[in-house]
Amino acid sequence: MSQRDTVIRVEEVSKRYRLGVIGRSLITEEVSAAFARLRGKPDPRFPVGHDPASQRVGQYFWALQGVNFEVAQGDILGLVGRNGAGKSTILKLLSRISLPTKGRIKLKGRLSSLLEVGTGFHPELTGMENIFLNGAILGMRKAEIAARLDEIIAFSGIEHHINTPIKRYSSGMKVRLGFAVAAHLDPDILIVDEVLAVGDAEFQRKCLGSMRKVADSGRTILLVSHNVNAVHNLCNRAVWLDKGTMRMEGGTHEVIRAYLEKYSVQTSEQQWEPEHAPGCDEVRLLSVKAITECTDGNFVTDEAIRLEMEVLNQSITDDDLGINFRVSTHNDAVVFVSSMERSIGRRVWEPGINKISVTIPANLLNEGGYRFTLSFRRADKVLFQAPDVVTLEVQRSVADGEAYRRWPGVVHPLLQWVR
Amino acid sequence: MKTAMGSGKVEHWDVVVDPQRPWWRVELGEVWRYRDLLLLLVRRDLLAVYKQSILGPLWQVLQPLLTSIMFAVIFGFMARMGEPGIPGLLFYMAAVVPWSFFANIINRTGQTLVFNSTLMTKVYYPRIISPISTVLATSVSFFVQLAAYFLFALYYQLTGAFAMRYGADLLLLPVLVLMLTALATGFGLIITSLTTKFRDFTFLVTFGVQLLMFMSPVIFPLSRVPEGGKLRMVIEYNPMTPVIEGFRAILLGMPMDWSSLIFGGACAIGALLAGVLLFQRTERSFADIV
Repeated sequence: MSQRDTVIRVEEVSKRYRLGVIGRSLITEEVSAAFARLRGKPDPRFPVGHDPASQRVGQYFWALQGVNFEVAQGDILGLVGRNGAGKSTILKLLSRISLPTKGRIKLKGRLSSLLEVGTGFHPELTGMENIFLNGAILGMRKAEIAARLDEIIAFSGIEHHINTPIKRYSSGMKVRLGFAVAAHLDPDILIVDEVLAVGDAEFQRKCLGSMRKVADSGRTILLVSHNVNAVHNLCNRAVWLDKGTMRMEGGTHEVIRAYLEKYSVQTSEQQWEPEHAPGCDEVRLLSVKAITECTDGNFVTDEAIRLEMEVLNQSITDDDLGINFRVSTHNDAVVFVSSMERSIGRRVWEPGINKISVTIPANLLNEGGYRFTLSFRRADKVLFQAPDVVTLEVQRSVADGEAYRRWPGVVHPLLQWVR
Repeated sequence: MKTAMGSGKVEHWDVVVDPQRPWWRVELGEVWRYRDLLLLLVRRDLLAVYKQSILGPLWQVLQPLLTSIMFAVIFGFMARMGEPGIPGLLFYMAAVVPWSFFANIINRTGQTLVFNSTLMTKVYYPRIISPISTVLATSVSFFVQLAAYFLFALYYQLTGAFAMRYGADLLLLPVLVLMLTALATGFGLIITSLTTKFRDFTFLVTFGVQLLMFMSPVIFPLSRVPEGGKLRMVIEYNPMTPVIEGFRAILLGMPMDWSSLIFGGACAIGALLAGVLLFQRTERSFADIV
């Protein structure tokens, strides 16, 4: 291991928020608390003998409790965790937007945080004026902005409107301008929130590209994301926060795997009572089950996955009922939609229970999480949709090599090569 | 420069975020580092207000001028509250210009943090930059108005309606301007700290400033208030009184009351210190409560 410099050190950091209506506190209460502090006594608003392990204490909420970690120079650290785990709080503390209640944060070098694109844009000012304002807000010196002005304008792609007040801009133009400034920041440490991951695919690609550029130049990045794939692809280290405490810290691969093990609730089969089953008056879905031929019962890339379902037909006597089978990834990208009629054509439906199955061939899906959705159509209208009836994790097959990283892509088909 | 012991060797950290910062530490170095942002915010405040208005920056002068004319007509001409031998317009302008500077700072700084809350919850900068930029932007209009005053004074001198000639007294003007700025900034910061937490102050402030104007010698000279009365005492203890009277003394050649000027100076320094410290104290939780 090379001895790299530690650039961020988070020491026993805790953050407490107040619950309920903020800023409406009684002045008398504030005064009595202030007097108690002066006399060195505990805050009277604070309940006695609270359990430090719980996040909620009286009217306070501990968003973070005793978090410790270090980041070395050049690390790309991903923060993962579910909603409310404290990811955004720690970013706010690191960017010095709010102060920790306890503990200390030490930083080396210049830190820029991008929790939003185009922070502080003023609608009445022109694009040019806003470049300077936004740059200064993000911590750039005026001379630095002036030196990179041409690059920034070229990057934004709105040269012709640069002297127009930005209230006349489309929202896309504003985002582009904001991102152009952000991409030309020159921080030692960059903090990025996942809000950057919204926007179209082109924009995301640009975001990831410029983050890579920052990372390749040996600078440090902290990234918060719900998107486990993004963390997996970009980061070399990860911290997993859970309910305000640190659950795990280490290499991305191990942390992500542990995180997914904990949270990916794999539902490979479901059954419903007819009265509670998803559906409508005409037809109901009674059960679904995903089946694999793999001996240990795990779903793997090189085994076919068969989805079996039981459909209760209550009133349909003709052939006009179609089924669409949709496979999507955990981050809602649709992998494909398959229609039953395209495969077997229209057939008259029998009353009562109909058994139907559909098979995803081996060597099509990639390693990762997938969700199955079924929708039922009649007379060119959707009767009902049964979303995410099956959620499963597909694992890499042994035959697919021991590569450290997941193959990129939503699918990983085995194609025919000729040589 | 802060150092910390880490694994046996002394490590240098550029920034140490520590909730236990002593209450008296004012981080002026940070403000200096963000001076470009400060200037750009001032520019923004100055530019953005007058965009799409036909007269533009001319309003900076027109506003106090119209107020002064109104006061001169209502209080000077009709209620006969002015000073003999001094043109009504000059008499009121000499007080309205510093007063509107004070009132604008109080009204605007009180709102800066709430206005800038989107900024504050997304990015770090020394929070005191916001009120300072407001003060600077307001002071630009103040100086423009002061210049306008001198133009009017010159006009009245040339037409012979105003006999006073400016001399060495004028050297005291910068001191008065500093006093006025310190007083306004101090009160502005105190109000900012309070409004962030208790929004009710926003409504109180507009009313309070108006009330304070009637307790300051803006529409009348102090000499017209009967001595020994309760009203006189209230007006004399108002820290804005020595400032307004001082401006009139310098600009109109009226007698200067040195002892009250010293009282005003002490109040200004006290208000500024209290404001900065209170602001520093509340600053840490701004992002959590706005």
